[in-house]
Amino acid sequence: MDKLLISPAPHLHSKDSTRRIMRDVIIALMPSVLVSVYFAGLSALLVLVVSVAGCVLLEHLIARYLMKKKTTVSDLSAVVTGILLALNLPVSSPWWMVLIGCIVAIGIAKMTFGGLGHNLFNPALVARVFLLISFPVQMTNWTVSNSIFRPDKWELPKGLLGVQGQLLDASSGATPLGIIKEGLANGMTMETLSQQHNFSYWHMLFGHMDGSMGEVSVLAILAGLFYLLIRKVIRPVIPLSIVITVAVFSGILWLTDPSQYADPLFHLLTGGLLLGAVFMATDYTTSPMSPLGMIIFGVGIGIVTMVIRVWGAYPEGVSFAILFMNALVPLLNKIKPLPYQKEVSRG
Amino acid sequence: MSKTFSIGGIHLKDSKFSRDKSIEEFPIPKRAVISMNQHLGMPAVPIVKKGDAVKTGQLIAEPAGFVSAPVHASVSGIVADVAPYTDFLGKKVLSVVIDTNGDEWMETIDRSPEIKHEITATPSEIFKIISDSGIVGLGGAAFPTHVKLTPLEGMKPEYLILNGAECEPYLTSDYRLMIEHAQEILIGGEMMRRVLGDVAGIIGIEENKPKAIELMKRLTANYLQWEVVPLKKRYPQGGEKQLIDAVLGRKVASFSLPISTGAVVQNVGTAYAVYEAVQKHKPLITNVLTISSSDPSIQKNYRFRVGTPIRDFLSAAGAMDKEGNLSRSFSKVVNGGPMMGKPVTNLDGPVMKSTSGFVLFTEKETKRQEPGECIRCSKCFQVCPMRLQPYLLYQLALAGRTEELDENRVFDCIECGCCLYSCPAHIPLLDQIRLAKNVSLKNKRKK
Amino acid sequence: MTSTLLYTILSLSLLGGLLAVVLYLIAQKFKVQEDPRIDQVLEVLPGANCGGCGYAGCRAFAESFVKNPDNPDFFCPVGGNDIMKKVAAVLGREVKDQIPKLAVLRCNGSCEVRPVLNTYDGSPSCAVAADLYGGETGCSYGCLGWGDCVDACTFDAIYINPQTCLPEVVEDKCTSCGACVKACPRNILELRPKGPKSRRIYVVCANNDKGAVTRKVCSVGCIGCQLCVKACPFEAITFADNLAYIDPAKCRLCRKCVAVCPTGCILEINFPPKKQVTKNE
Repeated sequence: MDKLLISPAPHLHSKDSTRRIMRDVIIALMPSVLVSVYFAGLSALLVLVVSVAGCVLLEHLIARYLMKKKTTVSDLSAVVTGILLALNLPVSSPWWMVLIGCIVAIGIAKMTFGGLGHNLFNPALVARVFLLISFPVQMTNWTVSNSIFRPDKWELPKGLLGVQGQLLDASSGATPLGIIKEGLANGMTMETLSQQHNFSYWHMLFGHMDGSMGEVSVLAILAGLFYLLIRKVIRPVIPLSIVITVAVFSGILWLTDPSQYADPLFHLLTGGLLLGAVFMATDYTTSPMSPLGMIIFGVGIGIVTMVIRVWGAYPEGVSFAILFMNALVPLLNKIKPLPYQKEVSRG
Repeated sequence: MSKTFSIGGIHLKDSKFSRDKSIEEFPIPKRAVISMNQHLGMPAVPIVKKGDAVKTGQLIAEPAGFVSAPVHASVSGIVADVAPYTDFLGKKVLSVVIDTNGDEWMETIDRSPEIKHEITATPSEIFKIISDSGIVGLGGAAFPTHVKLTPLEGMKPEYLILNGAECEPYLTSDYRLMIEHAQEILIGGEMMRRVLGDVAGIIGIEENKPKAIELMKRLTANYLQWEVVPLKKRYPQGGEKQLIDAVLGRKVASFSLPISTGAVVQNVGTAYAVYEAVQKHKPLITNVLTISSSDPSIQKNYRFRVGTPIRDFLSAAGAMDKEGNLSRSFSKVVNGGPMMGKPVTNLDGPVMKSTSGFVLFTEKETKRQEPGECIRCSKCFQVCPMRLQPYLLYQLALAGRTEELDENRVFDCIECGCCLYSCPAHIPLLDQIRLAKNVSLKNKRKK
Repeated sequence: MTSTLLYTILSLSLLGGLLAVVLYLIAQKFKVQEDPRIDQVLEVLPGANCGGCGYAGCRAFAESFVKNPDNPDFFCPVGGNDIMKKVAAVLGREVKDQIPKLAVLRCNGSCEVRPVLNTYDGSPSCAVAADLYGGETGCSYGCLGWGDCVDACTFDAIYINPQTCLPEVVEDKCTSCGACVKACPRNILELRPKGPKSRRIYVVCANNDKGAVTRKVCSVGCIGCQLCVKACPFEAITFADNLAYIDPAKCRLCRKCVAVCPTGCILEINFPPKKQVTKNE
């Protein structure tokens, strides 16, 4: 007989593990990844590969040689960060920009704070905002033509690039949010803008719109959300409170003047709102723990997003909103559950 | 919609493999080691000495105060020793050791199998018999039953809830009792109900035991004051506070006794023991335990005598090899359920009044994994039925910040283990919280 | 261009000055009057904030000391007599010398002499293990070896010796603050006088079981034979609960008890090796 094993209760453990959760998130991200690869071809794939490889490698090196502890890449959290970062970048991002993103995400936003579970801000979003401020031109250029990954400049077998034609056709200049921001500022009305640019909710739903890789197809994100909910990885509190807040906020504005403000559906379907609400805002480490905290967090993100979109300088505000609310999470975590109260005596 | 408690909790695979195995009478041990500390409170004081001859059912130790319980001989024979003996946890406990000689019972004990329906004893007589028979809560905590039946000032009992939830996986001893001795349980419950002053009686049973629910429903048809409440399967439904919430919808306030809601909870096994004590004059010297594991051949229910070595059950169930060691495939024996039971260190340790079963685990099933970093997923917080924040309590406990632990109600923890069970990072939350809770309770009682 | 610059500089300077005045006023209003000697005492203290004196850190110690300098119980175990003299000098008092102490482990049950019977799989903490059960070995009194004392020590003076699986106290680093004594759930660490030339003799066992029981679980435990009690010419050894204890105040370091102990559980530290000559004579 081997020696008896002794430990305090409980003697069973659920099958849950950090790795399993991360794997579920990766699976949930797959629809978005596939859609972006389908529409943008090899460029998307290359941004993805550079981003994931960069994040994983950096985490390994930092953990192993700077922090001198066991490498933590096996928990797959670096892979998740890598995919999220890629999905937050335009397809046309040059490779060096993606790498800088990795360094900011893993090196600055994650490992500096102590690694998994200790970071204050969502690493992928910190990187995105960093890049947005540092390289505004590359970060808002939604065409693939000047990418150095541009597949037609490389002499790769044509078979690999089945979607190449589509990829060049799909390229235009700005995201729907960018278009209305500029248009409205120039005195145009929503009606004319929508006619000129032929906005279609169906296209947004399936991914026929311009934007960073992950935000283009709403349907793919919803599929991921569905999977996460089924696997009980996340609870619907945060995404719902964000979506409802944005819908109510934009709805009120739209009702006051439909010619100057976009309708709620337009706001919900564009600009990475759902990507942020489903995958970024629900990041465990950087979101509150209590249900009430989650609601405040979600509503806060919704409001800040809309304020930036409608009155701010940037056409898009989800990333800033999430980062802003991330900073409030330690405060929101002070919300304590109420103890069971003494009930009023009943005779 | 069946009822359940309102906050936290987890869904466990029920693994009740031995549910259809009827209770077997376990042979009398050659030597019984009867611990003086089989209940919460002061250990009993032995009144026999080495060399004394005792009969089965004879009083061998008196209670050492109100919160204490007497102990009776579970076998007949000669007292071989009165000294500290190692219990299953490797701790020394004062015990009376009896070398068995035949099986001669006290003459007063009625050993006939007929069920005695008629209750002739008055409530005060019943109370006296319960406290004299050494009856303790058989749900696990072993709190002396007569203490729970004693009215507290300002708290009027309104309900007696018989706990048939048995929410721990594997264990089936309560279930078998409900199937085989439903009538007796009901009579025992009825007697406790009268002691409490004609309160309403409720039997709470989880839905994974449909036969027991059906049987109890049929029997309670004759008793106007009794009601059977089926409960949705959820752990830790058998916890006193959770059961009151589930059945009555009343919450036990932070740091107060369950009786403050007007409910008294007793285990079905306790009700059976009360029946035997009052109607058959038999003190608490036997009980039913389950031996279970994922191996189909080691799944049994036994009626045992208190003081039988754990080893005997394991070898009878076939979990021992020829050399008298635990079979190779198993590496952990748990005394009680897998969620709250304690590990067995010493296989020669005796079973106690409140032993409900032994669960055998292989290393793969039970070995803990290397803890990782907390990813603040808040799972522990979601599953905690006491509305605590286990991740926070764990950090505070590690840092030894007693005041903040009190502020965060560490003393409310019921040690159900849901937090540790659910933690994806495998952090040993409960290990530290349990320690901090004990310290906190001690400080609070001092005040 | 110049005017913009000028306005900026002017407005910022004005704002700075204004805030400085506000800060100054607030600081004046909320000034805390404190005995200046507290800071003086604090300067002399080692600043380890170990709590060995019984107060929550050096500052708390200094405050209490200044308030009530006549209490003889004040002693900084880390600083020792030298520091205490300096502290007393600040207050114009004198303190009595106290015997320097250090923590010793009253268990000699290394991995070799104490067979391991089960595998502990809970939190690697003595407190958790002790709360749960009797321990990995058969001895329910001895060291558990999970190093709560090591974690408690702020001076890096205890480490677990991988060969013996027992904690070892580094004499030069130990300040006898007592943190490890408090941390040990088995109560087997004791503060004992360092002794002259750091020589000391003590019983390295805490087992209260009867001899036969002890012998079964550990080959170097105190079996309660009381030979040492009889051998001691100074009545320094007391015997209670099947365990011998050497009173450091009475012990004259004659080493007679060490010689008679059959299990070798009385330890002599820092003595020169016995001369061969004395044996041959």
